[in-house]
Amino acid sequence: MTSGILLYILVVAPLAAASFSLVSRNARVAEFSNFAASGIVLACAVPLPFMAAAGSRVFLDGYIALDGLGAWVVLCTAIVYFLASFFAIGYMRMLDEDERLPQFYALFAIFALTTLFAPVVNNAGLYWIAIELTTLVSTFLVAFERTAESMEAAWKYIMIVSAGISLALLGTVLFYWAGTFVLGPTYSLTWGALQAAAPRMNPSLVLLAFLLCLVGYGTKVGLAPMHTWLPDAHSESPAPVSAMLSGALLNAAMVGIARFLSITNAANLPTIPHLVVVIFGLGSLALGALFIVRQEGIKRLMAYSSIEHMGVIALGFGFGGIFGIAGALYHMLNHSLNKSLMFFGAGCAMRSYGSKQIADIRDYPRHFPRTAALWLSGAVSITGAPIFALFLSEFIIMRGGFAQNFSWAVYAMAIFLIVIFVGFLNHFRVMFYEPAQGAEQPGPLSAWCVIPMALALVPLIVLGFWWPLPIWNFFAGIAAHLQAAAQ
Amino acid sequence: MIVQNLPPLVSSVFSLLAIASLLLTFVILGSRWLNHYLFAFAAESWLIAGLSVTVGAYGDFPELYLIAVLTVVFRGILLPYLVWRIVRRQLVDYEVHVILRPSSSLVVGAMAVVFALIVAAHVGGHLGLAGTVAILALTVMLSMKLIGFLMLSVRHEAISQVVGLLILENGVFLGAQVLVPGMPMLLEIVILFDLLVAVACFGVLVRYLASTVGTTSSFGLKRLVG
Repeated sequence: MTSGILLYILVVAPLAAASFSLVSRNARVAEFSNFAASGIVLACAVPLPFMAAAGSRVFLDGYIALDGLGAWVVLCTAIVYFLASFFAIGYMRMLDEDERLPQFYALFAIFALTTLFAPVVNNAGLYWIAIELTTLVSTFLVAFERTAESMEAAWKYIMIVSAGISLALLGTVLFYWAGTFVLGPTYSLTWGALQAAAPRMNPSLVLLAFLLCLVGYGTKVGLAPMHTWLPDAHSESPAPVSAMLSGALLNAAMVGIARFLSITNAANLPTIPHLVVVIFGLGSLALGALFIVRQEGIKRLMAYSSIEHMGVIALGFGFGGIFGIAGALYHMLNHSLNKSLMFFGAGCAMRSYGSKQIADIRDYPRHFPRTAALWLSGAVSITGAPIFALFLSEFIIMRGGFAQNFSWAVYAMAIFLIVIFVGFLNHFRVMFYEPAQGAEQPGPLSAWCVIPMALALVPLIVLGFWWPLPIWNFFAGIAAHLQAAAQ
Repeated sequence: MIVQNLPPLVSSVFSLLAIASLLLTFVILGSRWLNHYLFAFAAESWLIAGLSVTVGAYGDFPELYLIAVLTVVFRGILLPYLVWRIVRRQLVDYEVHVILRPSSSLVVGAMAVVFALIVAAHVGGHLGLAGTVAILALTVMLSMKLIGFLMLSVRHEAISQVVGLLILENGVFLGAQVLVPGMPMLLEIVILFDLLVAVACFGVLVRYLASTVGTTSSFGLKRLVG
């Protein structure tokens, strides 16, 4: 019962924040009501995985289900929402657009709501709608700065993602059709029903449906080559929105791929779907590596890093097995924390130097010693260097690859990760240690911007050393559920 | 599965409606005028509503009548009207520069239909549905998908792209009526509403595009690369 109340609060808090923002028309009220809502959401989301571990439960006539995967992604989303709302207070004040901030925070809260909602939806059709809604809401956040660039990014975003996701709708209809041969003409399109009917579905129809869903939701996840909207949207939106897009939204869409993949497992189609997901994952890593090395925009650098990490997560789910899935889930959390930190740092640097170009940002640690330390730690962490949590999760995913006879993919992954490590940190070397050209004095930063970066870094260090046993058991439970192939 | 044992008359009506919708998609593909797109799209939606009614009457799915009414209201009237309002506010009412001439796009579209037919026949063969109207429905559904994507890639006016998206969705909707008439009504209604919201968002964005970028053609969107 408690979990029901918590889910209810998860919905009500952002809605209340959005209405406060719109009614008050005051920027300060809007930012703090959004911040309070994000705190409440985080407090409610933390216990959810523990409750889901005890057994999944359904609400609202089975339309909402709290299972392990859903609860975990809600937790990741809530963490990013909290950090981004915290950071937004300092960051959005630098934009000098106080009169439009209530609108911004209202949209921001509703965007968080749709992103929190999607992972716990228990119905393939409603999940599609939830993902589509996230696009529609976040388009206006991407376009918030009203420059020609942000408009272009918003238009590309909504166009490419809507077109891509319409393939997922087709795939969902075909899954439903495959189910009608087993369950009769009318049934409820829950994940559980599809999984139960899968062993008796026609394999070629399931494969077609899965590939359509993979390409459709893969567009939203930003897997190459459907990623083209992602660098634009992530680089042109305000930094807190970039963090939400990257740390929260991409995970929410990845949930769909993981769930459909588990249906193909149950349909006795083990090889091809996993192989295709692995290939998309490797493709994203390769593309990320190529574009990271030669990148010139600071936020685009972070965006391509998101494509890379979504590739890593896709590899984890594609490898399958307990290590692959556990590593992918762990990587979701680590990437959410780390990418928030990176986008916050990039946003701060961009604002204080007044440029999006890496070439214009020089001598960063001399001007901002504390922010620089946090940002650099984040950069080392996101490239997968040891002691940080991403090293551990990438290592587990690689181990999963070896366990599942994907060793060729693991070697390729290792090569791309090394290229990215070198390319990514080289940009930081330039920004941190190359002497400045002119004597430009960058603008100051508020503490509101720095504290969330520190908050994101602490768990990354802790989780790098210590992976609690309950979390491992929790992942093992999810993996067993997703792998439940028909015997 | 209602498509397996259809009497010839019903089967012909299904086929007629599905093929007529596909032809209307070709009308869109073969024209450069934004108004033609809207009329063809509206007519296509009316045909799909007709298909819903036929399936509802024959297969005994009374909720499809409601879906048909909603399809006419939303897709047949409201959406074309909303898009028409966007067109009216704009400066251009036809595709000025074309990447692929309408006549050439017709040929490419025809090839897309052939490809869709091959895929549909393959899948249908596996399901034991060869020779039924299900193959036709699957073909039309996939070809409207492909033609929608063709529109998105070779037309660059914002409105053409919105229409391309609407064709994508229409294809799925048409196929769903025949293949899965029992799909829960809630889903179909929510998807209809979702489309309405999407078009409203497009409207706002087109206006922003026109005011900040100064053009509604995707040729003007070339700032973000790399």
